[in-house]
Amino acid sequence: MAQQLTAKEPTPEQIAEQQIYKQMGVTDKEFDLICGHLGRKPNYTEIGVFSVMWSEHCSYKNSKPVLRRFPVTGPRVLMGPGEGAGIVDIGDNQAVVFKIESHNHPSAIEPYQGAATGVGGIIRDIFSMGARPVALLNSLRFGRLENERVRYLFEHVVSGIAGYGNCIGIPTVAGEVMFDESYEGNPLVNAMCVGLIDHDKIQRGVAKGVGNPVFYVGPATGRDGIHGATFASEELTEESEAKRPAVQVGDPFMEKLVMEACLELIDTGIVLGIQDMGAAGLTCSSAEMAAKAGNGLELYLDEVPQREEGMTPYEMMLSESQERMLFVIEPQHEAQAREIFERWGILCAKVGKVTDDGRLRLFHKGEQVADMPVKPLVDECPIYNKPSQEPAYYAANAQIDTSAYGEVTDLTGALEKVLASPTVASKEWVYSQYDYMVRTSTAVRPGSDAAVVTVPGTRKALAMTTDCNGRYVYLDPEVGGRIAVAEAARNIVCSGAEPLAITDNLNFGNPEKPEVFWQIEKAVDGMAEACRVLDTPVIGGNVSLYNENAKGAIYPTPVVGMVGLIHDIDHITTQAFKTEGDVVILVGETKAELGGSELQYALYGRTEGRPPELELALEKKVLGAVLSAIQGGLVASAHDLSEGGLAAAAAESCISGGIGAALELSTDLRADHALFSETQSRILLSAKPDKAEALLEQLGAAGVACARIGTVGGSSLTINVNGQAGIAAPVTQLEKVWKDAIPCLMN
Amino acid sequence: MKFAVIVFPGSNCDIDCYKAVEQTIGQPVDYVWQTATDLSAYDAIIVPGGFSYGDYLRSGAIAQFAPVMAEVVKAAEAGKYVLGICNGFQILTEARLLPGALRRNKNLKFRCHSALLEVVNNETPFTNEYSKGEIIDVPIAHGEGNYYCDETTLAQLKANNQIVFRYVAGANPNGSVEDIAGICNEKGNVVGMMPHPERAVDKLLGSEDGKRMFASILNVWREQHGAAVNS
Amino acid sequence: MKATVYVTIKQNVLDPQGAAVEGALHSMGFQEVGKVRIGKYLEFELDTTDRLEAEQRVTLMCEKLLANTVIEDYRFELEG
Repeated sequence: MAQQLTAKEPTPEQIAEQQIYKQMGVTDKEFDLICGHLGRKPNYTEIGVFSVMWSEHCSYKNSKPVLRRFPVTGPRVLMGPGEGAGIVDIGDNQAVVFKIESHNHPSAIEPYQGAATGVGGIIRDIFSMGARPVALLNSLRFGRLENERVRYLFEHVVSGIAGYGNCIGIPTVAGEVMFDESYEGNPLVNAMCVGLIDHDKIQRGVAKGVGNPVFYVGPATGRDGIHGATFASEELTEESEAKRPAVQVGDPFMEKLVMEACLELIDTGIVLGIQDMGAAGLTCSSAEMAAKAGNGLELYLDEVPQREEGMTPYEMMLSESQERMLFVIEPQHEAQAREIFERWGILCAKVGKVTDDGRLRLFHKGEQVADMPVKPLVDECPIYNKPSQEPAYYAANAQIDTSAYGEVTDLTGALEKVLASPTVASKEWVYSQYDYMVRTSTAVRPGSDAAVVTVPGTRKALAMTTDCNGRYVYLDPEVGGRIAVAEAARNIVCSGAEPLAITDNLNFGNPEKPEVFWQIEKAVDGMAEACRVLDTPVIGGNVSLYNENAKGAIYPTPVVGMVGLIHDIDHITTQAFKTEGDVVILVGETKAELGGSELQYALYGRTEGRPPELELALEKKVLGAVLSAIQGGLVASAHDLSEGGLAAAAAESCISGGIGAALELSTDLRADHALFSETQSRILLSAKPDKAEALLEQLGAAGVACARIGTVGGSSLTINVNGQAGIAAPVTQLEKVWKDAIPCLMN
Repeated sequence: MKFAVIVFPGSNCDIDCYKAVEQTIGQPVDYVWQTATDLSAYDAIIVPGGFSYGDYLRSGAIAQFAPVMAEVVKAAEAGKYVLGICNGFQILTEARLLPGALRRNKNLKFRCHSALLEVVNNETPFTNEYSKGEIIDVPIAHGEGNYYCDETTLAQLKANNQIVFRYVAGANPNGSVEDIAGICNEKGNVVGMMPHPERAVDKLLGSEDGKRMFASILNVWREQHGAAVNS
Repeated sequence: MKATVYVTIKQNVLDPQGAAVEGALHSMGFQEVGKVRIGKYLEFELDTTDRLEAEQRVTLMCEKLLANTVIEDYRFELEG
């Protein structure tokens, strides 16, 4: 029988002679290396296993040299990159666990299931660490909503995220959505999950203890998503449609049961190692668990629960059926583990054994069907230092003087255009489809700078956000990378939290193009520098390359997911203006920086020139001063200035507070620049009248530029510039423009 | 007074309901797994929200046959207090403890936001702390909350004062018949509602208007069992 | 024996999914379309050869679980 099944597969000789490995993304040189590791030619199962383990998705072979530039340690870091998710100490024996991961290519093909399984996968990464998932975030990029296919993708990605997160009962509390034609045909769907854990419950994906049994739990394996990891490591082309693996279908109900059962199992203290079966399924989880323990593993494939008939070892090893986990315990605990899974109605099968020979051996129908050394499989994929070259557009763009654009005279009209731009507009259409309140811990709901989730039983809370402006990164990857980290930190600080660490999702084009690789390198350099200065190490993340459409690479989009710690719930701050008479204060100095701005895009449809500069030392000073003012109780509202500049930020603070403001700017800049420039390191604060002086004094003493620019009150937003009328509109009118923009485009 | 929060595979508001009972009225509360066959120890039973059994066939359709549901029916018949929230409401209608059914939201989308409700009937054991006609802020989070019943049933609901909550005029989030957000059975001891009172028990989280639902139940129970009873 | 069960929203009850599909078809120019109803389709094997018994059992299944007769109608076919 085994022979009959494998007979359909090419023989080792055919694989070598016909170069079948190439269809799996393995190069000639890599094939030779594999033959060297095996001491013979690989059979079909073995080359399949090697090909996914040596894909970019699993090996980071193209990005590793660059990823090494990130700072990954810090006094609070309990676990950095390498496990399912990173972990950061938050005191009192508690820690926060978080990670972001992309599901871009699956979502481009089947948006609902692609997004849903992306959410499912990242949740498994969190609970496989032993943590209770407490919040979800997502960072999305689409083309322009005027395009019908884009609307279809947007609609179904959002409902896929909702379908999965709502059912499993983890609140989706924050995220961002940006629209630009650069993402047409290749949307970005990055999902992030945050969990809480006690230090003594932290798990690792290791196959410990020679002779211990390996268990498989979760639904049976089908032929879903075979070669998903390889698929994620290639450009999407017209042929992708034909080559695509069977779409994985998510089952959030199943995942809820698997999660509860696994957390219960972990609680017993008997688990030695546990890992989820994500990309490359059984292959990746078993090989990585063995490698991390320095052990080997035998898998008895007949014992793997199978949903379809006649599955081959190749198919079982490469299937990406969802909601499955692998764990190792000592043999005497088997009955205890089985009881838990039976009660939750979940399949639990003993599928393997830990060995001491450092090999991954697969058995099927009484025969050994694969025998591979674990270490080369997991750790010895060749690492490529790709050639890097500054793209021609970069220098050309930097020459463009954006201040030469004619002055915008209808400033209220310009503000309305910016507010109606889907990137800036209210995302209520999106987040009202997400259950962001389940678990009753969401203190700041979606729509403010960062979401805030309380830590039950304490006065602490967690602030969380995702950020990245791909336009800035495109115009200058290094500055854009710095800004991505700094903006995330600013959002965290504005909510009253101390930034802890980041997880990053590097979404780029094809790294084999030197211009793309240059973007990756520069962006990572910028991010790494920002992480060092702002003390927010990178504790994990994901790389998604080959994001291209017919017009070329997407905007380089290194999404930053950041979590911060609010030491006391009294420090929780939102962007909303609060009370009539409160004093409005602008922190930071404004320069004429319009390159890559929302104004430029909304008015002229262009993205060109220099992006805003970012001085990290200044950023750090601003963040420190504002955070201590918030913690000192001096601040009523805080809002980061980002897309759309001061005008958009002021409008958002008015809209979310349901109250107006009268502002007066005195500046050397042109009025349109003063209002819409996207200069970094600026924050819009408001304070009670009796606290304003103290606030200004404290900020000044910290060496931070700040100015009183007006008061909260009335029902309109007016901003005068040097005594001249600039913006004047009823808040309800601005709110309507801002709120209706996306629903109008979608209906 | 002792509370049970029923847990089905796929329930996800069980913890929130449990916490709400503890925080608002400090009464003893247990999670009761769906296989339980004895609820005699409990005075009030909460059927929480979530996606019981994945809600893949129809919301609440499979949960109604869980072993514990026979006991919930018995408890309801015995006059104990039964509160179904969101998926719990769907389950109670499927089990025919409450009339009508919940359809997909009119706009076909899941909706999560604050909702303003009018307290239509403040004479139930769950609403006696509110005034009649009072407007309260209790969030919703559902994809199938579009309450339906036929004309005859609607007339009965009205005649018996069984409509407990309505969404305020012009703010019906799901297309329900007559803006219905929550109803009770004829005796008034079984209430089902789509909005989540357990999510409205803390100002920090947006509203505390749901607190009084829990306080109401405790009040009525204390009256019935004599004020001398120690909480 | 194989059973095929169709569950649809009752004619007098609004079917929001059906209404949405009908609207879409109209906007695509399929004006002749009306009364779109979306339902569920279930198929399963029955371990019996007694047609009458099968009919009774499937009716019971529909009444008890597969359809909510407050808002849904059902019909079924038996084969074999």
